[in-house]
Amino acid sequence: MPAAAIELRSVNKWYDTFHVLKDIDLSVGSGEKTVICGPSGSGKSTVVRCINRLEEHQSGSIKVDGVELTNNPQSVAAIRSEVGMVFQQFNLFPHLSVLENLTLGPIKARGLSRQAAEERAMHYLERVKIPEQAKKRPGQLSGGQQQRVAIARSLCMEPKVLLFDEPTSALDPEMISEVLDVMVELAEDGMTMVVVTHEMGFARRVADQMIFMDGGEIVERGTPEEFFGAPRSVRCQKFLSQILQH
Amino acid sequence: MKKLFVMLVPLLFLTGCSSSSTWGWYVINPMTASGWTNVKFLISGMGDTIVISLIAAVISIALGLVVALPGLAKHRGWRLLNRIYVEFVRSIPLLPMLFWVFYGLPIIFREMGLDIPIDPFWGAVITLALSDSAFTAEIFRAGIQSIARGQTEAAQTIGLNYLQTMRYVILPQAIRRILPPLANQFIYIVKMSAFASVIGMQELTRRANELVVTEYRPLEIYSLLILEYLVLVLVISAGVRWLERRLGSDERN
Ligand SMILES: Nc1ncnc2c1ncn2[C@@H]1O[C@H](COP(=O)(O)OP(=O)(O)OP(=O)(O)O)[C@@H](O)[C@H]1O
Ligand SMILES: [Mg+2]
Repeated sequence: MPAAAIELRSVNKWYDTFHVLKDIDLSVGSGEKTVICGPSGSGKSTVVRCINRLEEHQSGSIKVDGVELTNNPQSVAAIRSEVGMVFQQFNLFPHLSVLENLTLGPIKARGLSRQAAEERAMHYLERVKIPEQAKKRPGQLSGGQQQRVAIARSLCMEPKVLLFDEPTSALDPEMISEVLDVMVELAEDGMTMVVVTHEMGFARRVADQMIFMDGGEIVERGTPEEFFGAPRSVRCQKFLSQILQH
Repeated sequence: MKKLFVMLVPLLFLTGCSSSSTWGWYVINPMTASGWTNVKFLISGMGDTIVISLIAAVISIALGLVVALPGLAKHRGWRLLNRIYVEFVRSIPLLPMLFWVFYGLPIIFREMGLDIPIDPFWGAVITLALSDSAFTAEIFRAGIQSIARGQTEAAQTIGLNYLQTMRYVILPQAIRRILPPLANQFIYIVKMSAFASVIGMQELTRRANELVVTEYRPLEIYSLLILEYLVLVLVISAGVRWLERRLGSDERN
């Protein structure tokens, strides 16, 4: 069995008195794809954001590629360099061109030369199929194109793990598939992925592991066959019947 | 209108009491030799006003940024430092601050065994910069806070550290938004630089005061003084417009 790329052991987190994550155990093997779903407010974003330390957990342990996340800035930096993240709202830098969005991290954080960074950026822009937009500002692109730029920006850091937090939820319906297509290709190329999404077609297609969260807990987990075929918990059955109606 | 009139009349009377009760624009009539000499004398203060204001503004912006950053920290201790500086500095009236810097600082320096003289020029610059920095700090803090949190998070996930995130992601966006209030502060500095006349800087206001003493024509001379500040402010406004266009702060997003 390959070493786990991500390992969460009884992770707990509180916002003041509000217990937002309750004893989360999660293991994602190298190259595996995990899809997390669940109702709004169940803590999906919080789990993903804890994995790259955008949020701090209060107890339990989180290991990425064998390195434990602590307050030590070096461990945070080490883990951030392994973990990319794609946000629901894209969070592209509006004052920079697409190309500059992609080269900023490699040049400033990785010390690449501008030329090397631009070559790498163009490589990944081609992978997300929008090399012709390199000189534009994010504001001039459609939502689907912006999200693909955001994915390319993460890839430029050559991470071992990619986290996605509802990457298609802010998109118009006709743009969802162009983003999902890119994600499926990434999955097929063997990227380790943790994806929060309600796109169940995508989940069936790429997931190795399905996670259902509710009220800060992991209520159900299993392979897509188990998960969609015969969900054990009532909450999960109800949730699935609601979102699969559409 | 009537109220304004009632307020203005004693003022006119007071300032005009050393002169006659008629206009005497000849003192600044550039067509006459003596008038032209006077006008040249008044305008020659422009250089000092501009240089004092520019240097003070640059220092104030740098200092304001340094003061603003702890105000955005997660830790309460840092934020408290920011609050103390801002509340304290912005409450000090300019004139007492000027005396403190010009007369007080050298004494403190001497007691510390340092020999740092403060001439009127630097006295004025330091006072204006210090006093303004509290306001600049608040402008920076509001501007940085107005940039969505997701920008900082995205910068962190591509490995940028705090300073890089500020330098390459947050400040370039914040600057576009805070340019108009910063320009306001700059105009304020230009006008407040008139206080430098009190410690003997030969800037615009000082020249006007000196001419008033010899010519006994305060109304006419101060009218020209107002005009001089107006010209300065209009030039600044035009410059800021140009900067806004260059930085694209006039476009949405
Ligand atoms: N900074 C915060 N302070 C206090 N409570 C928070 C904070 N962030 C999130 N929460 C709460 O924590 C809970 C979980 O939030 P989270 O964003 O992880 O949910 P989610 O499953 O991603 O929901 P959604 O589908 O709406 O994105 C919610 O009830 C939310 O209100
Ligand atoms: Mg969420």
